[in-house]
Amino acid sequence: MTLQPDAKRRSVTAGVHRTPASPVPLGHDVTVQGLTKSFGTTPIFQDVSFRLATGESMALVGANGTGKSTLLRCIVGLIPVSGGTVEVLGQHVNEATSRDMRRLRAQTGLVAQKHNLVPRLSVLTNVLHGFLGQHSGPRYWSQSFAPAAARRAALAALDKVGLAHLADRRADRLSGGQSQRVAIARALVAKPKLLIADEPCASLDPSAGEEVMDLFFRLMREDGVTVIFTSHHMEHALSYGDRVLGLAGGKVRLDATAQSLSVKDLRGLYD
Amino acid sequence: MTDTSLPQRLERPTALSFLIYAAVIIVMLWSFQGAGFSVDKILSSPPRFADFVSRAFPPNVEPKVLLRLFWKMVETLQIAFAGAIIGIVLSVPIALFAARGLIAGQVVNTSVRNILGFIRSVPDLAWALVFVVAVGLGPFAGTLAIAIDTIGFCGRFFADDMEAIDKGPSEALTATGATRIDIAACATVPASMPAFVSTALYALEKAVRSSTVLGLVGAGGIGIELKVGFDLFDYPTAMTVIVMIAVVVLGIEAFSTWARKKIIGEQR
Repeated sequence: MTLQPDAKRRSVTAGVHRTPASPVPLGHDVTVQGLTKSFGTTPIFQDVSFRLATGESMALVGANGTGKSTLLRCIVGLIPVSGGTVEVLGQHVNEATSRDMRRLRAQTGLVAQKHNLVPRLSVLTNVLHGFLGQHSGPRYWSQSFAPAAARRAALAALDKVGLAHLADRRADRLSGGQSQRVAIARALVAKPKLLIADEPCASLDPSAGEEVMDLFFRLMREDGVTVIFTSHHMEHALSYGDRVLGLAGGKVRLDATAQSLSVKDLRGLYD
Repeated sequence: MTDTSLPQRLERPTALSFLIYAAVIIVMLWSFQGAGFSVDKILSSPPRFADFVSRAFPPNVEPKVLLRLFWKMVETLQIAFAGAIIGIVLSVPIALFAARGLIAGQVVNTSVRNILGFIRSVPDLAWALVFVVAVGLGPFAGTLAIAIDTIGFCGRFFADDMEAIDKGPSEALTATGATRIDIAACATVPASMPAFVSTALYALEKAVRSSTVLGLVGAGGIGIELKVGFDLFDYPTAMTVIVMIAVVVLGIEAFSTWARKKIIGEQR
């Protein structure tokens, strides 16, 4: 079920739009209610609420320092929240034990701005590490010891990103674009239900960035994965996101369908 | 108006800094006095040193002596390599417990770091004496002394190396649901490997230097030949031992430098 906020319901305040809260329908992969995060006494954002339906893609936009990356990390429990609740794939992140969190993360993937591959290991081993949430232990530490099925799945994931021919190359010998493709393969290999992407093409040149975004969203849609991504590219936010959530001044200033927005609407968030 | 005058070349010390300078000088003089520092002895030592050199040269190069010393040097290197390898291998799991935020909590980190600190604070010769008592005279006591000394050194530095790596890959694996042990094995240890190799090579150099003197306390190696040479006033043989030690230690240092460059080179 896909959430399509009605543009008419949006209240318009000083050039930015906001959707009022509505009851939680079934089929939502992410539900964030009144989320607040501070580092010490410095508030990052307050009272952030949104829901994301299964298979939906949401672009998170806003100027530097508005807490986009922090919000993503709060959603997958990489950092604790200061207030509010986060429910991901039916699991309340705030109340989860370490084991619950591992189980939850086994169903999610993360693609960061920096590819974060392990530099001295082979490309295939890096992709295989995507299985660690589902299969812990030495057999999945290196492609040399991995079960044949896992090796084949990792190679298939690499093939999807067009890098099967580089499976045995060391990760630190790849270009930026190739590294980010491997990071996407690692995030997808275990078939996650939710994928978090923090400016996935920020460290790439424009051409490689376009290529990576196209590939990323083609694969997401093929597998019906729910996606939350951040981007400073307004065109990316509008073309790859079904919805756009805009942060400014530590609050949600915009929550609307991408179809109903223009680049001009998003520019208001950066003023 | 802005003050454009040049600052004084020397600043007048504050009362506190004057007191600190005075205290440093007093401690230095006190240490010299306690250490038996004597200008008379320094001035009278060159003739005695020249006498030793004249009696030590030429070094003893009789084939029978050289062969005996060669095998003692081989034993020395065996002690160093065996002890260093045992120490380096055991240091990896120990360092995993000593590194903060990796696989163990703060209490374990602090306890392991304190134990490593204790091991480092005891000199290798003292460890050799302890192991001579525990396992008897001979090279095995020396090997254990080198191993424990290496654990104290590598355990601490491996832990520091793992704490200092880029946390990005670890975070990426955390986000997949990997356990702490998986993350340490798949991200932390591989990313720390260049630093481990560098530290391990220093440990090997240190082990070779230490192993040459362990014989002084009966823990095997060429050190016993040095002691016997001096005890029997056989200075030519003692000089041969000193030259052999210097050649081997310099050789190991050169090898270590080459290997460090070759193995980790531009990747650090």
